[in-house]
Amino acid sequence: MPALAPVAGGTKVPSGAGVQRRARTAYLLLIPGIAWLGLFFVVPLVSLFFTSLQAPTGTPGVYQPGFEVANYVTAISDYWPQFIRSFIYSGIATVLALVIAYPLAYFIAFRAGKWRALLLVLVVAPFFASFLLRTYAWRTILADEGFITTTLNALHLLPDNRILNTPIAVIAGLTYNFLPFMILPLYAALERIDPRLIEAAGDLYSSPFTGFRKVVWPLSLPGVVAGTLLTFIPASGDYINATLLGSPQDRMVGNAIQTNFLQFRDYPVASALSFIMMAIILTLVFVYIRRAGTEDLV
Amino acid sequence: MAASGEVQDLRLVNLVKSFGDFTAVDDLTLTIPGGSFFALLGPSGCGKTTTLRMVAGLEAPTSGNILLGDTDITNEKPYKRYVNTVFQSYALFPHLDIFENVAFGLRRRGIKDVSGPVNEMLDLVQLGPMARRKPAQLSGGQQQRVAVARALINEPGVLLLDEPLGALDLKLRRQMQIELKRIQTEVGTTFVHVTHDQEEAMTMADTVAVMNKGRIEQMGAPVDIYDLPKTAFVANFLGQSNSVAGTVQGRSGDDLIVGAPGGSYNVPAARSTRQEGAILLGVRPEKLSIATAGSSAAVPDRHNRATGKVTDASFTGVSTQYLVMTTWGDEWTVFEQNRSVDLLQPGDEVVIHWAPEYTFGLDVPSGE
Repeated sequence: MPALAPVAGGTKVPSGAGVQRRARTAYLLLIPGIAWLGLFFVVPLVSLFFTSLQAPTGTPGVYQPGFEVANYVTAISDYWPQFIRSFIYSGIATVLALVIAYPLAYFIAFRAGKWRALLLVLVVAPFFASFLLRTYAWRTILADEGFITTTLNALHLLPDNRILNTPIAVIAGLTYNFLPFMILPLYAALERIDPRLIEAAGDLYSSPFTGFRKVVWPLSLPGVVAGTLLTFIPASGDYINATLLGSPQDRMVGNAIQTNFLQFRDYPVASALSFIMMAIILTLVFVYIRRAGTEDLV
Repeated sequence: MAASGEVQDLRLVNLVKSFGDFTAVDDLTLTIPGGSFFALLGPSGCGKTTTLRMVAGLEAPTSGNILLGDTDITNEKPYKRYVNTVFQSYALFPHLDIFENVAFGLRRRGIKDVSGPVNEMLDLVQLGPMARRKPAQLSGGQQQRVAVARALINEPGVLLLDEPLGALDLKLRRQMQIELKRIQTEVGTTFVHVTHDQEEAMTMADTVAVMNKGRIEQMGAPVDIYDLPKTAFVANFLGQSNSVAGTVQGRSGDDLIVGAPGGSYNVPAARSTRQEGAILLGVRPEKLSIATAGSSAAVPDRHNRATGKVTDASFTGVSTQYLVMTTWGDEWTVFEQNRSVDLLQPGDEVVIHWAPEYTFGLDVPSGE
């Protein structure tokens, strides 16, 4: 069929060499990412691990390579209250953030109409100011002579007569600072839900609440899991909120790591604290994801 | 609450729905007999879906009443009325398997033992083996049948179907038309089917209501509406029609004599909505016969006739569709069964003729 020959020659059939070149391009494109992670994540992590096992030399601040498992024992025995506080504070902050964020994300996803884009910008707006600055602002908001504290005191609602320098202030700060990390994944999950599913649930004898419980909530679970992780993990390692808003009795693991590194120059214990923290969080996350069963969701 | 499973009439009384200045449903009064397969047919934006959503309780009427049997359900919450819907895009719950999708309504009503009815329903729609699959693993036609099963299992007083076959390809749509009709006959539930597809409506429904601009133009059995449309809109929306405007000039027995471009036509007075003055005559394309101008002597005397020139002939196997430019400049369509192989060619001068009793007379639509 000579008439067909030019057509066949014209179509682009990938040649063997072309396929190979494309595969090579893919690997080449991966190099920057892998190099970055290797240099700034894996190397420091390994270095941190070896530091956590270093032994003292006698001179303060100078350590030698070793296998000092005792560093880990010290870290736990000296700082277990900070660990517990970290997880309690960030746990409460995560629950509060979920309770605040879910209705907001739901409203933006289903009811906001033309205001949707504006509301999403407002959710992200706090990021335009620095984290430190915003937390300092909370010192003013929650100050003893501030509006909130005086009002609540007038109503006799505060056990200590104050908010600043109490766990309440730390939790409030954590909740506020990580709230967008809860709202955005929740919004993304809710926005994907077809509103007709809610109508269908109503059509099939579900009251609005049952419809939410049986249809919207399960379908939003991937967002709930992502949001709680993105809030809980950074909140439990945070030390700014505890430093600026809490009293010395409200310190968290982040504070312990910071003090050991910068003040005591006890690098091995600080590293051990970091590693323990990491191990606990990884375990919690693993159990949590298993429990939530998100891998089963669409 | 009415007992479920009972076959009751659905009545819409002076139903109105306005969205701001726009009246989507305009004073609709309608009785849908219990156990019938009823089609609401109309172009998009005619108010048919809004009507359906009001019956489902998803939209509140501006005024008027909806009654199921003798119970007024106008203000009943959607989750409390014995009406179920097959949604346009099915709206199956993606996180539940087919079994749980179908069991959903039963569980919400506190029925503990669901496996019997669910399996029975899945068998009815021939999806028994699919019970543990997720909706995303099913084809469009299968999802459609799950949607029907999920609604029907609740034994609703009325089953509402919102363009249920819209997302399916032509072949599957034909298959599902037959399937839905079979299911309806088997369960005996009242089906109210909203569609813009006139063929679908005629194939499935016992009664078709043609809707336009929020009102019902005509309602009746498909055969009757097709044979004798009462408005120009119905004549053109339900099937095809050829028409010519004229004036009633007198009577001859039971027929009206109508003067129009191209000559004088007879139409039975009983088949006309107008008895005098301006009138629009119509006739269906398959009722026409076509002959070459030379053989016009063979046309029966009593037949209406029009002359013209063939502009297009498309051979479709069983029939040939001719487009004929009439002497007064309208394009008429003629379906001619292929009983002979001598087809007319574009450019041929022809005579179109038909028996007067196939003609219908309509009011001339305003603006024409």
